[in-house]
Amino acid sequence: MTVRFLTFLVFYVTAISAFAQDAKKEIQKYQQMITEGSPVELFELEGEALWKRPQGPSRVSLEKCDLGKGPGVVKGAYAGLPRYFKDADRVMDLEARLLHCMMTLQGRSREEATKRVFGNESRPSEMEYLSAYIAAQSRGVKMAPGGAHPKEKAAYALGKALFFHRTGAWDFSCASCHGEEDKRIRMQDLPVLSEPKYARPVMATWPAYRVSNSQFKTMQWRINDCYRQMRYPEPKFASDATIALTTFLTVTAAGEPYRGPGTKR
Amino acid sequence: MAAGPMKMRATLGSGYTDVRVLMTHPMETGQRKDPDGKIIPLHFIQNVTVRVNGKVVMEGEISQAVSRNPVFTFRVRGGAKGDKIEVSWLDNQGESNKTEGAVA
Repeated sequence: MTVRFLTFLVFYVTAISAFAQDAKKEIQKYQQMITEGSPVELFELEGEALWKRPQGPSRVSLEKCDLGKGPGVVKGAYAGLPRYFKDADRVMDLEARLLHCMMTLQGRSREEATKRVFGNESRPSEMEYLSAYIAAQSRGVKMAPGGAHPKEKAAYALGKALFFHRTGAWDFSCASCHGEEDKRIRMQDLPVLSEPKYARPVMATWPAYRVSNSQFKTMQWRINDCYRQMRYPEPKFASDATIALTTFLTVTAAGEPYRGPGTKR
Repeated sequence: MAAGPMKMRATLGSGYTDVRVLMTHPMETGQRKDPDGKIIPLHFIQNVTVRVNGKVVMEGEISQAVSRNPVFTFRVRGGAKGDKIEVSWLDNQGESNKTEGAVA
């Protein structure tokens, strides 16, 4: 009986792992298919038009905006973010920098420029279009976020602390879901984002288009949504905390060639 | 996104041309409801037409089963550098759009 039971057990375990392997392969196939049919370029087009459109009280476009490579340089700019900006005396990610340019160059108020940062499927937001365009100009460029300036080091340290800090109604941290290998939610693998091996492919493909809701989503949204899922209070858009987390994740992924904007399920 | 811009790329292979075209369209199935519970009317691309140098090479009828912001990739026999390819669509509400590009 013991032998029979053991045989059954061996068979059972092998069958399960074979199933998991097959499922993983099928998911990869699905991910490849959605990437091939990605409408991301449409968002890039709209973003480019928006980048060049005069707006705000100053009636100027964002074309003089310095994303870290000099005024108006978009090529490779995203791959160098987040980084410290002297004029703002602050570490900024793409969205924080765009907001800065909207306020300083276009003369818009923070309230007006952040009124609608996350869009929906019928009407994407300005930040979403712009992120798609700017990020796309870094395709193939190795990600090299700032890490030398004291404020960049501080942002990294804060991001790392936030990643592992458990709190909130459910006593959750980012690491509760993204801290162990071989974990998943339903069919979604959960990458251990504090490890370069896992952070690289993730950070190289955000911002991204989500096929399940037909929306283009930015990194600020991604962090915001993680906090929602953890039942925290909603973080402020482009706050030091959300930028610090993005800094921590991007520095962890540094060196990976940027391949986005990606396409997610 | 409402019905809007399109983007196309046509690349020459040996004896064929690969075309990839992106369309902005809500592709409403007529089965979704808005937040007030009212049905969002059926709104989808019905006809897709492909012309090479003005001559129709493909006419397609697609349905509301196709996703929002559809992407089509297909191969056209023949073709030469500089050939003009035009892709146009017509939806069930009479809206239409087209894009034109040269084979590269």
